[in-house]
Amino acid sequence: MSSDRFDSATVSQKPEISSEHQEFLRKVRWHKIMVRFTQIFILVLAFGLWELFAHLRIVDPFITSQPSRVFETMVALHQQGVLLKHIAVTCLETVVGFVLGTVLGTFLAIVLWWSEFISKVSEPYLVILNSLPKIALGSIFIVWIGAGPGAIIVMTLAISLIVTILEVLNGFLAIDKEKIKLVETFGGTKLQVMTKVVLPASLPTIMNALKINVGLSWVGVIVGEFLVSKAGLGYLIVYGGQVFKLDLVMTSVLILGVAAAVMYQGVILLEKLLLKRRLNN
Amino acid sequence: MRTLKNVVELKAVGMKYQSLNGEIPALDNISFKVHEGEFVSIVGPSGCGKSTLLSIVSGLLTPTSGSVLVKGEKVTGPSKKVGYMLQKDHLFDWRTITQNILLGLEIQKAVTAEAKEYAEHLLETYGLKGFGHKYPSQLSGGMRQRVALIRTLVTNPEILLLDEAFSALDYQTRLAVNDDIYEIIKKENKTAIMVTHDIAESISMSDRVYVLTRRPGTIKSCHDIEIRLDKRTPFNSRKMPEFQAYFDRIWKELDVHVK
Repeated sequence: MSSDRFDSATVSQKPEISSEHQEFLRKVRWHKIMVRFTQIFILVLAFGLWELFAHLRIVDPFITSQPSRVFETMVALHQQGVLLKHIAVTCLETVVGFVLGTVLGTFLAIVLWWSEFISKVSEPYLVILNSLPKIALGSIFIVWIGAGPGAIIVMTLAISLIVTILEVLNGFLAIDKEKIKLVETFGGTKLQVMTKVVLPASLPTIMNALKINVGLSWVGVIVGEFLVSKAGLGYLIVYGGQVFKLDLVMTSVLILGVAAAVMYQGVILLEKLLLKRRLNN
Repeated sequence: MRTLKNVVELKAVGMKYQSLNGEIPALDNISFKVHEGEFVSIVGPSGCGKSTLLSIVSGLLTPTSGSVLVKGEKVTGPSKKVGYMLQKDHLFDWRTITQNILLGLEIQKAVTAEAKEYAEHLLETYGLKGFGHKYPSQLSGGMRQRVALIRTLVTNPEILLLDEAFSALDYQTRLAVNDDIYEIIKKENKTAIMVTHDIAESISMSDRVYVLTRRPGTIKSCHDIEIRLDKRTPFNSRKMPEFQAYFDRIWKELDVHVK
């Protein structure tokens, strides 16, 4: 066996770092630092100007609120013992809706992949459901399920489910037919085609669907809370708007932003963990 | 000396595809036999149904007429006796080399300590020692193709079907991999049927070459290849004077017209 032909692929010596390479690395590092610095600078500047303008009454803090009042509101809410409750309610609804949407969506995508008949039959329904503004279904959910977290989660599902199904199914259908043939040549069943090729090969697509779903789940939850809730960040926003407490609205929106960002980062982390091997190569 | 035991026998195999626009005859009345340990190639113009023929032999497709016997048994579906090598290696990038090699055994629910040992042994024998934990993207094209062959060999098929198995490789790698795969197939004493559009490749590797006509593919002619070499390898075969003679004959048979 003449394996020596391929030896170049096996040798992986670490070369000495040349001064040009050091210079290159320094530049890359410097660039990264500058990007991060500018990002933080913009944030600080925005909040600083907001506080300053409100303080100097250039803008009316009754309408725009201001960072210091947001902070005070947060402390006040915390002292009333309701801040964490509102955050927890919204986050829980979002996580449940998100997980359900992903799992159910992937499952339904598998069903549609499995049976071309079901897929063909359901096509027009999926198209209509996909283009329908799901918020229009809000009243129906409230009447059917009752005003509460149940209706909110169903709202979330309504918004994220169809997109997940279509996204994941497209991923399934884009898989190289020859890879499926390979499994079949070994005598693989349809279930094995699913578990050995289709699902693992679609993992990047599913992760992408997750990223879209995070955003959609927040939309679903907040819309749901606008409609029915008695607790949660969406409830605080609506309540604050109705009684003209913009401090409360701004506080809730800011917390919402942080929570959504944290959850998105969680998905990115999960993606890195699951696709680590592939990304490394 | 060659034992004249038939391993594969095709009896008047015909295949028609159905479509809305009508029937497409892909193959018509194909009959031939392959003996144990033989290397047989099928060449033909593109679209003549070569790959369809292999799919039929492997049991992935059922012919619309005629039948295929593998070791005397009628083929009704994919069989463990038959291993299939596709055009590309199709190694799964989420599996290590070892995990890729064990794919077929996993599907056949036959992963045993012995099988794993055999897989390891094959890796070692064919110059891939220490690559078991690597991922496909870390290997060269030639190495990947060898891994693909080992993935097929591990399930211990008696017959190998090669469907344009080298056409995704660049020319130099292809010549090298031809030698590698040929040596492995001979060493493991497998019967092989290869489909290719590359005349030189078919002559250099085969004991016999069948030429197919345009669609619907029928057997136009059969060429027994005898290369007088003590230790025949595809690369050395290409340098023999008889090689050119075979090439000219098959070239004429193929009747290639560039439009």
